[in-house]
Amino acid sequence: MNAIDIQNLDISYGDTKVVHGVNLAIPEGESFALVGESGSGKSTILRAIAGLAPDWTGSISVLGQARSHHIDRQVSSQVQMVFQDPYGSLHPRKTIDAALSEPLAIHGIGNRGERVEAVLRDVGLDQRFRFRFPHQLSGGQRQRVAIARALMLQPKIMLLDEPTSALDVSVQAEILNLLKRLRREQGLTYLLVTHNLPVVSFLCDRLAVMRQGRIVEIADAAQLKAGKLNEPYSQELLAATASG
Amino acid sequence: MTTLLEVENLRVSFPTNRGRVEVVKGLSFTLGRERLGIVGESGSGKSMTGRSILKLIRKPGEVTADKLRFDGIDILDQSEKQMRAIRGARISMVMQDPKFSLNPVMTVGEQIAEALVTHQKLPRSAVQARIQEMLHAVRINDPERVARLYPHEVSGGMGQRIMIAMMLIPEPELLIADEPTSALDVSVQAQVLDIIDTLVRDKGMGLILISHDLALVSRYCDRILVMNAGRVVEECAAGQLENAQHPYTRGLLAAMPTIDESRDELPVLDRTQWAGT
Repeated sequence: MNAIDIQNLDISYGDTKVVHGVNLAIPEGESFALVGESGSGKSTILRAIAGLAPDWTGSISVLGQARSHHIDRQVSSQVQMVFQDPYGSLHPRKTIDAALSEPLAIHGIGNRGERVEAVLRDVGLDQRFRFRFPHQLSGGQRQRVAIARALMLQPKIMLLDEPTSALDVSVQAEILNLLKRLRREQGLTYLLVTHNLPVVSFLCDRLAVMRQGRIVEIADAAQLKAGKLNEPYSQELLAATASG
Repeated sequence: MTTLLEVENLRVSFPTNRGRVEVVKGLSFTLGRERLGIVGESGSGKSMTGRSILKLIRKPGEVTADKLRFDGIDILDQSEKQMRAIRGARISMVMQDPKFSLNPVMTVGEQIAEALVTHQKLPRSAVQARIQEMLHAVRINDPERVARLYPHEVSGGMGQRIMIAMMLIPEPELLIADEPTSALDVSVQAQVLDIIDTLVRDKGMGLILISHDLALVSRYCDRILVMNAGRVVEECAAGQLENAQHPYTRGLLAAMPTIDESRDELPVLDRTQWAGT
């Protein structure tokens, strides 16, 4: 069974169609990357899977179940998203404890205190951070909280939208290690959006190169590491990374 | 090599409720007509260094230095009025994000013209010609159309090129670029830096490129200063970066994933090793 199965997906914002005829099949346990420049529609695909971009046609199934167009409790317990900017994605007036308990309250899950403690341990944050506010944390610590919040419902699939591009190099390394370890320990499936190809070769098994709302090429990470992408546009991206 | 900028024992501090905290702790360097890179992570004091050269640090921040001279002029002694004659005209600065640094209610052409006529009296036709020429230089294909647009009508990469045009049109001798491309896409980053690079070479200007990206700085600069916690921990020629000695620089280099990554885990900086924090 595929974790995510997308067929013939078109996504629009109002009158503008931003994603055209995308087909993707991501098996369970795989780490898959979407790469491409801004405006290529890669984040929009994540938003559609999460239910944040409801205006789409085609089909999206998650773990074998067809997904509706709305935010859906069943899907959110299996699929969680981590956003790019850890400064903007945490509520500034809620403590870490409140932010982490909220998904549990929504889904009517008890035993919250223990679960919060456990998840903080999982993401490598000390218990003393539990009752602090986001502004008392550094960027890397906030991103750990955002990942912890996504893990609260013990999802099978994580949608990661540029999870490290707002962070410093050394903090990026910590978060990438964390994501790799969590995937190994909890058997997660990742769908990662990034424009950083080295991150893809560290964290992912396969990648799709997107341009102007279409998938140009799907390749193995091994091809990326060897510099053997087939399409001219993929080569262009690769060249920009290698020299910059 | 003529010396353009001399900095000796530069200190920048801010008051907190536990006394003054120094964010730049005794920085010294000299700059000729060359390309200098300053690298470091958030909070290392690299942007504060750039800002103090232009005297852009407001109260209650405090800048002291044994020497802060630009072309023989003591920057710390200049009044605000005298500084205005230097800022833009002789030293200019490209900021990080074009979205927040361009005036949203002025057209691109008007903003570039403003940068020029503030420092030079020119007939209107000459101003228009200079704007067109400058937009051409930053590789904007139809300058006449673009000059009439508002900032929200252009893309991030184009916005950054417009900002570069605005900063370079008074023909300054020193350009400070503070993370000029971190708000841009990878594919556009190289273009923007190539433009800065060409213009800097052609006009024989000095460049200070401030960035957190080691690879990028080593490609576009002649010399690199690596900063950590307000101090320079390492200074080296750009080509010698692989031979860097300081554990902090080595740590930064190792923490970057590479395109042919085979490591199972990335090495992480042990911050307790060299900083007291």
